[in-house]
Amino acid sequence: MSSKGNILIVDDELIVRDSLGRWFCDEGYEVGTAGSAREALNLVAQQPWDLALLDIKMPGTDGIELQRRLREIKPNLIVIIMTGYASVDTAVTALKNGAYDYVVKPFDPDEITHTVQNALSHRRAEQENVRLREAVAEVARPPELIGQSTAMKRVFEAIVTVGPTEATALITGESGTGKELVARAIHAASPRKYNRLVVIHCGALAETLLESELFGHEKGAFTGAQYRRKGSFETADGGSVFLDEIGDISLKTQTDLLRVLQEREITRVGGNQSIHVDFRCIAATNKSLEKLLEEGLFRPDLYYRLNVFRIELPPLRDRREDVPLLVEHFIRKFSGSMNKRVGSVSREAVDKLQHYGWPGNVRELENAVERAMVVAQEGELGEKDFSLTLASSESADQTLEEAERAHILRVVEACGGNQTQAATVLDIDRVTLHNKLKKYGWKRTPVESP
Amino acid sequence: MSLIQLLPVGDAEPSWLGTLAPALTAEFGVRCEILTAKLDPRFSLHPERQQYLSTEILARMQAYLAPNSYRLLGITPLDLYIPILTFVYGEAQLDGPCAIVSTYRLRQEFFGLPPDEDLLQLRLLKEAVHELGHTLGLTHCQNYECPMAASHTVELIDLKGTKLCAGCRAQSLGKFHQ
Repeated sequence: MSSKGNILIVDDELIVRDSLGRWFCDEGYEVGTAGSAREALNLVAQQPWDLALLDIKMPGTDGIELQRRLREIKPNLIVIIMTGYASVDTAVTALKNGAYDYVVKPFDPDEITHTVQNALSHRRAEQENVRLREAVAEVARPPELIGQSTAMKRVFEAIVTVGPTEATALITGESGTGKELVARAIHAASPRKYNRLVVIHCGALAETLLESELFGHEKGAFTGAQYRRKGSFETADGGSVFLDEIGDISLKTQTDLLRVLQEREITRVGGNQSIHVDFRCIAATNKSLEKLLEEGLFRPDLYYRLNVFRIELPPLRDRREDVPLLVEHFIRKFSGSMNKRVGSVSREAVDKLQHYGWPGNVRELENAVERAMVVAQEGELGEKDFSLTLASSESADQTLEEAERAHILRVVEACGGNQTQAATVLDIDRVTLHNKLKKYGWKRTPVESP
Repeated sequence: MSLIQLLPVGDAEPSWLGTLAPALTAEFGVRCEILTAKLDPRFSLHPERQQYLSTEILARMQAYLAPNSYRLLGITPLDLYIPILTFVYGEAQLDGPCAIVSTYRLRQEFFGLPPDEDLLQLRLLKEAVHELGHTLGLTHCQNYECPMAASHTVELIDLKGTKLCAGCRAQSLGKFHQ
């Protein structure tokens, strides 16, 4: 029979130690005994105990004082105080000092057994709770949010600032920059982290489907609505809702969404009852909401509701110093899943990757590393393993604008940021180059412009 | 030859021992005899608690062990205790020769109910098997239907059966025939 727990019995009376020890041994516990506080402290220092039964009245250091010392050195040890008299003062002192319970001698066999069993069950539940919280936190932690660039450090600081609040966060950035990862990080840093993060890709759903997805629907609300269904805001219940591609929703849905954000109430499609909902809103878009405002395609009042705390994610081309870190991370990630012993990447390949334009941002880099891992031999990823990616900047699947941007950026980077030299190579006017660089959002990086 | 002997401690009803002996023979497969001698337990009375210290009775029972006796089980109508607990149904020397069982708290009258002799005999048999099991080195069993399950109330005793579970049986029976 496996042990039900380790119990330390501390009492100056031998007969108590012996009879109680034998009793708990019979019950299936591992038992140790100590005749004094000093002996108990030695035993506690030597091996782990789940529970200590301390007699109050002992010569020298008494049970209350011993309990105080044990609390300092082993705060997780459960302490049950044994007393010969049902003294309220003693019991209150013991409980105030953190004792789990107190028992009066002689013990009722059923009572002492249950007291010890309950204490150990309570402690196991606490420990399991801590383990589960740690496991959830580990799962909730977005591992791919990586970067040491100044731009990314600002993003991390913003996550830390807004995470624990209830403020609505608006994440902007090009496609593939990691907006959903930032949303997950904000959720993970919030007190709502133990509840769900419901993700809605607004752009992927037709208007009526999106309404049903967000607000739920009643049975018979529309053709095919055979059952009542809860929407995302109801499902999130105590958690967060991440509205991705918020710039793609219709003006009608924007009106409904505004009501939810203002009133924290929804009405299911086909229903007439208002339902209170508890959620934190995180939204993201790769579009310019300001431009949509100007064009009358986005409601100003919703814009102001969403734009409470804004986090702008930089495109990868504006944080090229993060490319090596990201490549290393993706190599580690795919090494496991592909069972390949690729541990590093050559300096030349990194150099090339850093000078590539990455129109698809981190997502494109991840795909490039995965593709390179597929074709690579074991050892080190070389320049040739990325040839497909690096060649794709000149491939036939790009728009003219993408190809132009990639080419201009590559030339400017190759010229070390010297625009006059780059304009000569490109055979265009320097002012034209300057305008195009401005259009493509090119910025001198500190590395390239010391 | 293995032998279980039953010793009346105080005024134990002869009928209890008479019923218990064949039942124990059936359970353990060894002969069981009732001693004509009787142990007077007054030396173990605690005047304030008005209970009898089972540990002291067990020590005194050693003198009644015959050369051919393998296990000696005391049966008493008196209320037993050990200092740290308010009462015990019985006590045994783990892997030792002596054990004792009390009928005091097994009786329905203890709970203000009408007497039930059959139920008392059944509870006594379960507790006798339990304490004898301890003398054979068995500890408490997790199977609540096994007589070796820990039971601090009669409700739990009533849930138990009279026959050892397969695990406890395998551990204990060989000892009688060593």
